[in-house]
Amino acid sequence: MARFSKSNAPRFAVDVYQNEYLPAGGRDVNAIVTVTATGGGTTGTTGAHLPGPGRTPDAAVAVMVDCSGSMDYPPTKMRNAREATAAAIDTLRDGVHFAVIGGTHRAVEVYPGAGRLAVADEASREQAKQALRKLSAGGGTAIGTWLRLADRLLATADVAIRHGILLTDGRNEHESADELRAALEACSGRFTCDARGVGTDWEVKEVTAIASALLGSADIVADPSGLADDFTRMMETVMGKEVADVSLRLWTPMGAEVAFVKQVAPAVEELTARRTEAGPRAGDYPTGSWGDESRDYHVCVRVPAAGVGQEMLAARASLVVPADDGSVRTLAQGLVRALWTDDLSASTSINPQVAHYTGQAELAEVIQQGLDARKAGDDDGATAKLGRAVQLAGALGNEDTAKLLAKVVDVVDVAAGTVRLKARVADADEMTLETRSTKTVRVKKSTSREPQQG
Amino acid sequence: MSQMPQSAAGSTCPNPACEEPVESGDRFCGGCGYDLSTVWAAVGDRPTLPVNGARGDRTGTTRQAPRGSGPAGLARPGAAHPGAPEHGAGAPGAGAPGAFVEWPAAPGTDGSELPAPVHLPTDLPGTDSGGGALPTHTEDAVGPADPATGERRPTPPAAAPEGPGTAPGPAAGPSAPPAPPAPPQQPPSFPAAGAAAAPVPPGAPAPASAPNAAPAPQPAAAEPEDYELAAPRPPAGTVLRDDPPGSGAPADPRTVVPGALPAPAPEARLCVFCATGRVDRDDYCENCGKAQPRERDHVEQELGAVAAVSDRGHRHHRNEDAFAVSSTALQDGAPAVLAIVCDGVSSASRPDDASSAASRAATESLLAALPRGTHPQQAMHEAILAASKAVNALAGEPGAVHAQGPNHNAPACTLVGAIIAKDLLVVGWVGDSRAYWVPVDRSAPAARLTEDDSWAAQMVATGLMNEAEAYADERAHAITGWLGADAYELEPHTAAFKPDRPGVVVVCTDGLWNYAEGAGDMASILPPDAAQRPLHSARVLVGHALDGGGHDNVTVAVLPFPAPPPGAGSA
Repeated sequence: MARFSKSNAPRFAVDVYQNEYLPAGGRDVNAIVTVTATGGGTTGTTGAHLPGPGRTPDAAVAVMVDCSGSMDYPPTKMRNAREATAAAIDTLRDGVHFAVIGGTHRAVEVYPGAGRLAVADEASREQAKQALRKLSAGGGTAIGTWLRLADRLLATADVAIRHGILLTDGRNEHESADELRAALEACSGRFTCDARGVGTDWEVKEVTAIASALLGSADIVADPSGLADDFTRMMETVMGKEVADVSLRLWTPMGAEVAFVKQVAPAVEELTARRTEAGPRAGDYPTGSWGDESRDYHVCVRVPAAGVGQEMLAARASLVVPADDGSVRTLAQGLVRALWTDDLSASTSINPQVAHYTGQAELAEVIQQGLDARKAGDDDGATAKLGRAVQLAGALGNEDTAKLLAKVVDVVDVAAGTVRLKARVADADEMTLETRSTKTVRVKKSTSREPQQG
Repeated sequence: MSQMPQSAAGSTCPNPACEEPVESGDRFCGGCGYDLSTVWAAVGDRPTLPVNGARGDRTGTTRQAPRGSGPAGLARPGAAHPGAPEHGAGAPGAGAPGAFVEWPAAPGTDGSELPAPVHLPTDLPGTDSGGGALPTHTEDAVGPADPATGERRPTPPAAAPEGPGTAPGPAAGPSAPPAPPAPPQQPPSFPAAGAAAAPVPPGAPAPASAPNAAPAPQPAAAEPEDYELAAPRPPAGTVLRDDPPGSGAPADPRTVVPGALPAPAPEARLCVFCATGRVDRDDYCENCGKAQPRERDHVEQELGAVAAVSDRGHRHHRNEDAFAVSSTALQDGAPAVLAIVCDGVSSASRPDDASSAASRAATESLLAALPRGTHPQQAMHEAILAASKAVNALAGEPGAVHAQGPNHNAPACTLVGAIIAKDLLVVGWVGDSRAYWVPVDRSAPAARLTEDDSWAAQMVATGLMNEAEAYADERAHAITGWLGADAYELEPHTAAFKPDRPGVVVVCTDGLWNYAEGAGDMASILPPDAAQRPLHSARVLVGHALDGGGHDNVTVAVLPFPAPPPGAGSA
């Protein structure tokens, strides 16, 4: 349902970084596809209520606040959640549709109610904040019901961007994992959702799975007092979104297979299994909604081997959005090529971007494996994996990740990856590391060494 | 993985992108429709060729150098000449054609005009074939150097380039410069040079002797980059430009290279490979993804007296060679025919653009300069400078930022060109693309007219290695001179000859000469009727390279000498 009535929808550009040279018999073509959306006019705006000149907000947002009984322990959690939601509401631009949902073992409309959405303006923002005072803790946690209600409400508005913000402090105990999974499947593609865990009693994998399925971000807010800032930032990001339902469409030639597709910046997100066929030899991978931003995708295509001197289009990577008439509109495209050569120096060199993101993906993987091993009591395995993680984070310039790792292990030698597990690790530190393990940094430009944290 | 050329020879379609098995006798490839006639023609031609001069010329006369040094004339490029005559014969040097023919004196040789630029022998240490000192460059000794490494990589000259004043010879190394190249004015005795002539001390005048009707030696200082060879004078009445070389003639915008690249025939909207997919705008099949044959994959052009063919070859994904052929009229109305052949440096970015730009710029420059009466040799010099400028300009273009592949060097290419103007044959070059002279009467020896700017040639020239050693080295084909912003110092080489008999000039990239390195080899694969059928001959030569494996792009221009009478031109 993307609409392009707005004059300043962002422009998309696709850049492909790869070493297109393959040795004789070579089949695997790796490429980093960088997608950059610019011109949406949202860069740098900070929560202004007013829409830009001549534009009407085209978004609907549902805020889902955990109101389970545990939110009262400590009571500051509930208070902070209320304040954070209020701050997020203050960030809503005039004209944006919104609703607040209170979540327990069932979902309740806190504002505006009656199965509809409010339209943000001075009065409705105030009423919503009043309504927040009614929020009280009590009950269980069944996140699937929250999501289904959000979906129903968001569907009532004819807008381009539909987004949810979900806050939880505990495990999804009052419905089965299958029920949550079914809810995520039902909502997938209908709206995007950021998920936040507050405190340390929630399950990292649950929260990251929600964000992953609904193409949003996941993070931890260990200290409830940080919620307001976080909510404000999230809402600003949502307000910056201009185009929804964007898919990365990969065309590959006859006989080729897509080995994998993953988003690698700003965070690692596996997309391979989320393909939907889109005509002969083409498939779409969902990317959600876009504002002014840039993301990188690592695409690996296995093509039929060809003779030296031959050239093949290994993949055509394009960004597409559904058009009103049911067809799709191509926003930008890039070509991934394969050239077979007998020049070994050409075919053996690895593209720096590909190398960098291969390392980033491994980093995310070994952190996860290391933490899993640690929980399982496999100290040797945990030490090896986390040691490797320290080594990779150091080599790749993931300074934030390196700091998080240093709270879980004592680093002896970064270059060698020698570490010792800390005897005592704060839950918050471990959960922060796990939640943020997929965050990546981009390749450092030779001129400026600022790793742009996604 | 250096497959040798033979692997695919003849058994698969020469269209590098196809490689459908084909059988001898097939006229077209069943896979892509490639015209196989030239391929088989090449194969067939060989046996029927008259033996090249090898034996015969032993005693035959050599073509004489134009005024000035005869030998220089055709064999100028130092070390090269010896080889020519005795190709095929075991003993280099043995066949030194002793007799020499008198070259006709250049018109207007009275020396009233500005002197043509020349070098003193001392300026060119190491580039001569001075007998023993320099190993001769016989084709037999060297062999078609490693076609597998068809690509060239520029390397810094081994020896520090000398001052600008120095000669073409890359780096005349301080170390033991062997005999100087035939000095100007040297007698035409080509033979002596090649063979055995005693080593000539550097600085000494070249071997041979009898200066023929050559005009007086030119002042060396005039133009450093030039060979003194022959330094033919401009036709009487014409004025030699005295601009400094740097001020090369600006290309005349009104002059266009007539069809430097024939228009493509992009009707093939169905993939030529799988025949099921349509072809996308960007020339890939939407079904099998294969890149469709491109305009430059195979280009042919015939323009009256001159013809050229360029082919991608079997092992490269695109054709990085380019050529331009043209004809014009000199100031006095006499026809002039010219060909420029360029080979993009694969290890640099956009080599195909570089070669294309260089060939166009050089041709435009020549077409502007020749009708104005510029001496052809001077015109060639300026054309090379113009080409250089054009290639340098590519480095500044925005497109250069996103260099494809692992290479980020500035675009670069080689260049070789030939002009036939009345009784004058002028060649010019930078890099390792070559020009060969093959007399119509094959009993006379063929000769290579250019001296590569290559690592091997440099090693040999400076005496650091003998030819066999140098060409066996993996760096042998690294070039030491090229056009492009990364070039250390541009040293255009030019030479002028006054052949005393009809013949054919073959101008080519190493994609061909890797399969026929010696002048005798080249002569042996050139059809006997090359002067009458230049296009056919160019196809045959390209077919020879493809048949041998086509490891590199192949480009050949064939120019008959003398140029056929006016009427064929298209100035």
